[in-house]
Amino acid sequence: MSVDYPSLPPDAFRAAVSDWLAQNFPASLKGSRVPVNGHEVLDGPADDVASWKQRYGSQGWGAPTWPQTYGGGGLSAVQADILAEELSEAGAFNPIGGLGLMMLGPTLLEFGSEAQKLRHLPAIARGELQWCQGFSEPGAGSDLAALSMRCDEVVDPSGSDHWLLNGQKIWTSYAHHSDWCFALARTSTEQKQGGISFLLVDLKSPGIDIRPIKLINGISHFCETFFTNVKVPKENLVGEVNRGWTVAKRLLQHERTGLSTLRGANTQTWDIADIARRYCGIDAAGRIANADLRARMAEHLLTEHAYRLTLERRAAEMEAGLQPTTPISTLKNIGSHVGQRLGELAVEVLGHASLGWQGEGYADEELELTSLWLHSKCYSIYGGSQEIQNNITARRELELPA
Amino acid sequence: MNAHSPISSDEQTMLRDAAEGWVRDRAPISSLRRLRKEHLDTGFDRELYREMTAMGWAGVTVPEKDGGYGFGHASMGMLAEQLGRNLVASPLIGSAVAVTGTLVLGGSAAQKAAWLPRLVSGEIFAALALEEGLHHDPAQTALDARRAGQGWVLNGIKRPVFDAGGAGLLLVAARMAESGVSLFLCPGDATGISQTRLSQIDSRGAAIVQFDQCHVDDAALLGPPGGGLQLLDQVLDRARAVLSAEMLGGAQQAFETTVEYLKTRVQFDRPIGSFQALQHRAADMLGELELTRSAVQAALTAIDAGDADLPRLASLAKALAGRTFRKVAQEMVQMHGGIGMTDEHDAGLYLKRAQVADMTFGNVAFHRERYAQLSGI
Repeated sequence: MSVDYPSLPPDAFRAAVSDWLAQNFPASLKGSRVPVNGHEVLDGPADDVASWKQRYGSQGWGAPTWPQTYGGGGLSAVQADILAEELSEAGAFNPIGGLGLMMLGPTLLEFGSEAQKLRHLPAIARGELQWCQGFSEPGAGSDLAALSMRCDEVVDPSGSDHWLLNGQKIWTSYAHHSDWCFALARTSTEQKQGGISFLLVDLKSPGIDIRPIKLINGISHFCETFFTNVKVPKENLVGEVNRGWTVAKRLLQHERTGLSTLRGANTQTWDIADIARRYCGIDAAGRIANADLRARMAEHLLTEHAYRLTLERRAAEMEAGLQPTTPISTLKNIGSHVGQRLGELAVEVLGHASLGWQGEGYADEELELTSLWLHSKCYSIYGGSQEIQNNITARRELELPA
Repeated sequence: MNAHSPISSDEQTMLRDAAEGWVRDRAPISSLRRLRKEHLDTGFDRELYREMTAMGWAGVTVPEKDGGYGFGHASMGMLAEQLGRNLVASPLIGSAVAVTGTLVLGGSAAQKAAWLPRLVSGEIFAALALEEGLHHDPAQTALDARRAGQGWVLNGIKRPVFDAGGAGLLLVAARMAESGVSLFLCPGDATGISQTRLSQIDSRGAAIVQFDQCHVDDAALLGPPGGGLQLLDQVLDRARAVLSAEMLGGAQQAFETTVEYLKTRVQFDRPIGSFQALQHRAADMLGELELTRSAVQAALTAIDAGDADLPRLASLAKALAGRTFRKVAQEMVQMHGGIGMTDEHDAGLYLKRAQVADMTFGNVAFHRERYAQLSGI
């Protein structure tokens, strides 16, 4: 019954995956949209979504290349590629996502203690627990290391020593739907970067207050999160005390990588050329009728195509064990730009139909595109703003002076 | 070896390293400056081209069964990128990609036997006589070809023809009234051909080539009558991809030179590279270069893999190479300030080459339009 997938050679692995998908992927979810952030409700019957997530997750394929000990699939990079191809072939998708999978998991694999890995990674790989990121603060945005949430060591005579958190986090995405939070806090004021520690916080802990923030598109997936005398067990500190900045920098690299890849997914969700044909009309030769719009559309598609090729090139370089030539800071900015151009072109194409906020007179697609356009403005702000990314590129990659 | 992979094979890495060393030692940018006064007949240094062909570079894209080395276009792209770094002038792309490629794809056994060994060995080089109007548009080819006895007679003007001076062979695109655009192989010294040298901004070879009652025999027709555009399309895409690689090399070098200057030029008591306004423009350029590199690699590997999407990828590569090389060269002048405007500095050489290379085989606007058509918008 149980197949040892990692031991299979490529052809046998492909066949085994294909068989498994044929038996386990619910037909009702075929072609359904991929949950890029792990929090969106998927299209399709709720029971089928839940059962697909459970079955797929217990294969370890939510995190195909993580070791099986930590709930992953234990697959090689080649096998992971085959898995992705077979998913696509079957009209299926990885139902597990979220910040835990994209950012915390890879970071814990590198910096976490054995106990932390065994405790947290399997639940992440199976999509059972959702994580959010407690990094930014009202006074620490682009200058993240200026954060001031206090983390004090409390020596408890009864034997349960712990950390005590006091402060405020902001832009904690999906905190109101999350179970845990990975957070940065100040354990020392003597050094800026060298006084920061990296903590894993159970959001059910007493003293945490989460308030959603409504954004310009009317949607609230960012929150502000208040911590008042929140107790955190000693074993929930990742790495060493005051060395959390190193852990955080690595995690931010995973974030930039993840965000860049998401932009790829986003541009594929919307076929802007098709939207333009439907909303602006075509000429006798089948071209988008408005020549000026068509030229700008072509310019966008050129960049978007080259961007997708760059993601592929990077993946191939990494698979070959090479240092990728394209810095992630560069890639993140290109991805933001491409995603924002898509939004701009979409509302231009829709014309007055893009001006709707809600309700009668507007198709769902129109409201979604308008919301996407507004939402896309945050691409160049979150995960380190466009300006911060350019600073990183200039200083670290080009070694320009400070 | 895997033509589909963007990762270099050992073979390609060796070729690139050899090219890098040769370009550094034998073809510094001063050799381009010399072309203003020397080698005016060709617009490139024949000795340098002899050394390139002695290393086998003119046979890189020619299959082994046709007497070449069969390394493929991804390898040729790596060579071109290294040559592009120092703006090395040579007829390599016109001769050893476009014309040899046309012979390989469409030539008869006799035509291949007559020309390929001489082109691969470097005994002669060839030029593509294609352009007529002010803007690249092969479909508008008008040079007249008509039947005359057992052969053909050609009448018309080609301009500019790159690296025409001293070419032993011209591949001529001509129009037959009854069938359309067709290709001819004309010996460079055929009766009825005259050349007027053009002095272009990039110091490289170019000429007006006039065909006045130029008689060629039946064996000069390459491919079927009227089959010229289809063949040209394939061959131009190869040349576009390799030229894009050359342009990428030029842009990369212009960028690196500029970043180095930002680190050393001091104003207001600090290196100007410490100013964020300049840092961010440099970071943006790096992004453009990376996009271009991806597009160029994809186009080159598509040639070797026989990918049906090559036309779209070639246009993508050429559009991005044109956009990026011009942008980076302009920034090179701007960020160098006054010194960048002087003839003594190299910035102008990159700017001028970027302009010529952009217009060769279709500029950014041409390829954006072609990409749009091929993408069905």
